[in-house]
Formats: sequence, C-alpha cells, structure tokens
Amino acid sequence: MTLFERLAEALHADRPVALVTRIDGPQAGAKLLVFDDDVYGDLGTPLLNVAAAGEARALLAVGETATRTFGEDGEPVGVEVRLFIAAYAPKPVMYVFGAIDFSRAMARIGKYLGYHVTVVDARPVFATKQRIPDADEVVVAWPDEFLEKAPVDARTALIVLTHDVKFDIPLLRVALRTEAGYIGAMGSRRTHANRIEELRAAGVADADLARISAPIGLDIGARTPEETAISIAAEIIALREQRRGGRLSEGTFPVHNARTPALP
Amino acid sequence: MIDVLDTIERWRGEGQRVAVATVVGVENSAPRDPGAVLAVSERGAVAGSVSGGCVESAVYEEAQDAIATGRPRLVSYGISDADAISVGLTCGGTIHVFVERLDW
Repeated sequence: MTLFERLAEALHADRPVALVTRIDGPQAGAKLLVFDDDVYGDLGTPLLNVAAAGEARALLAVGETATRTFGEDGEPVGVEVRLFIAAYAPKPVMYVFGAIDFSRAMARIGKYLGYHVTVVDARPVFATKQRIPDADEVVVAWPDEFLEKAPVDARTALIVLTHDVKFDIPLLRVALRTEAGYIGAMGSRRTHANRIEELRAAGVADADLARISAPIGLDIGARTPEETAISIAAEIIALREQRRGGRLSEGTFPVHNARTPALP
Repeated sequence: MIDVLDTIERWRGEGQRVAVATVVGVENSAPRDPGAVLAVSERGAVAGSVSGGCVESAVYEEAQDAIATGRPRLVSYGISDADAISVGLTCGGTIHVFVERLDW
C-alpha cells in the first residue's frame, strides 16, 4: 500500500492523519504519514521522524496546518530541515436542535461548510431523515440530555432552533458548560429577553449569557429558512475570525485575517 | 487535499501520473490557507486551486514540469517577489507553493 493510498483511506474514513513533507534541500519531497498510533514513510533520519511525528500529533489535536523547522536529527532548535505538516483533523461538528424547516436548510449549509451535522428533536414525528435529508444523523432525544453526553470541542457549533422555553432553557444551560465555539439561539428579542431572565434566575453568569448569539445570525434581513441558514452560517464564520460582518466595500481593513506566519 | 482526492484517485486509476501543488505558507492577505491543493494530471486536466485564480497558470506549468522530470520544487508568488511580479496575487499577499510529482 502506498502512502497516498493510506492517506486517501484515512481521509475517506474521516480518520485523523497528518502528512509531513520536506519542502527544500536535496531530500525535498520525503514524507512521513502520521496517525495517532502509527507512522509510515521516512523523512531522512529516525530521530527526525520521531520529532516530526510529535509535532504532527500536536497540530492534529488543534486541527492546524503549519510549517516547522528542525535539525537533521530532529533537534527542535535546528534550521536545516523545513517541514510542511498538513493536519487532517476530523470534521467539526454541528448540532442543530429542533427539527423544523429552518433545520433542514441549516443542515444543508452545515454540510456545505464541512461540518458533520446532527439534528436533534424530542418528537419522533418530526425528527426523521425524510424531513432533514442532508443531516448526517437525525436523533430522537431530549436536546439537553443529548448534549450532556455529546462530544463538543472549540470548533463545535450549537444551533438552538427549538424555539420553546421548555427545551431552550435546559439546553442552553448545558450548552454554556461546553467549550463550543458558537452557541446560537433562534427567537425574537423579546423571546431572548425572557430566556435571559430565566437563565439568570437559574444562576447563569452574565459573562456566560454573552456567549449566546441571539437573535441568531448576521443582520442581512433574512426571511426564508434558506436565507436564515446563510445568515447563521455567516455569523459562525465571522465569530470564528473575530469579525463584525458587514460589507467589505465599506471597510479599509485587510480582506483576510493573517494566518500562519511566513515561511522561516 | 480532500476536495481533490476523488479526482486524483480516478487519474491514478487510469494509470496517469499526477502532480500536486500545495500551499505551504502565506504572508499577509492570501485567498487560500496552507494545505490548499491544486492537482494536475499527465493529460493536463486540473482539479482544485492554490489561490483565487491569480497564479494557477504559473503553478500549472510547474506541475507539468514536475510530472515530466520528477523534480520537486518550492515556488513563491506575490508582490514582494520581484521575479514573480508578472503573476503577482491581485490581493497583495505572497504564497509559497510546494510542487511535486505524486509518486509516493
């Protein structure tokens, strides 16, 4: 099995893998394929392979792709070897709570953006794959009980479309205990004011309440489920990049945020 | 890589040699992040991208040369690179692209 075949197999299976490549010098193109528990290939020396695998696993943990320099034998202070480490972390997860028309559009755009999308609703009649065909999973469960056990990390998006205080409040209390990068809740300003009141009464701190994006989405005047899904998706991206939204044509700041530093 | 994976597998299945060009570094404002891949087949088909279209034709030439010679290379494009000014990125950034024949 070639390195490429192993890489392709892992990518198809959404299994975490990093591909390390020497990008200059006589050994440019040398490769190491790094899994959690295994490596394949050779960058030049055994010690360099060990050092590169360690760095690749650290980058995999945060889903980051970067260039690193090492010495010939993997010395961290060395500069002889330049490595490009492409980390292929599993897809980020989006949980959509409430199986309504908006959820169908949300599941669709979530998939489009590369999320693994799970839709959760306590009502078996509504939580069906027929109604939400684009979701990876449709689960019949109480939203708060589901989220208590679901894996959540900083890349996770939680979209609360349940729109009903009896679901919203317990769910948001659980959501605010996670490190989810995005927590959005649908509802009018008045609905959200009521939610805030109830959550405060339940002892949730103001700093935590500020993590909830509500009313949900960027201000683009969205009306239909599809337009609303786009407005929510745009808000998820803007928050991740710490941008305010708005028109680029009306600003003077750089179009893209600075990413990885320049090659050393 | 993921967006061009199926295409690369198909080309290889047809017995074609393939080159991949990968963004390995960006400076300032660049349209694609490190890890973005443009793949070129022996017959000259293209999949994916490394920029917003500004340097694709130059990278394409490098990729075809890599397929022919097997020689990998690291190339840079952007307004700060005087040699590459003719294919500078419209957005003003600089990108570094590693081009190699996929024989691994």
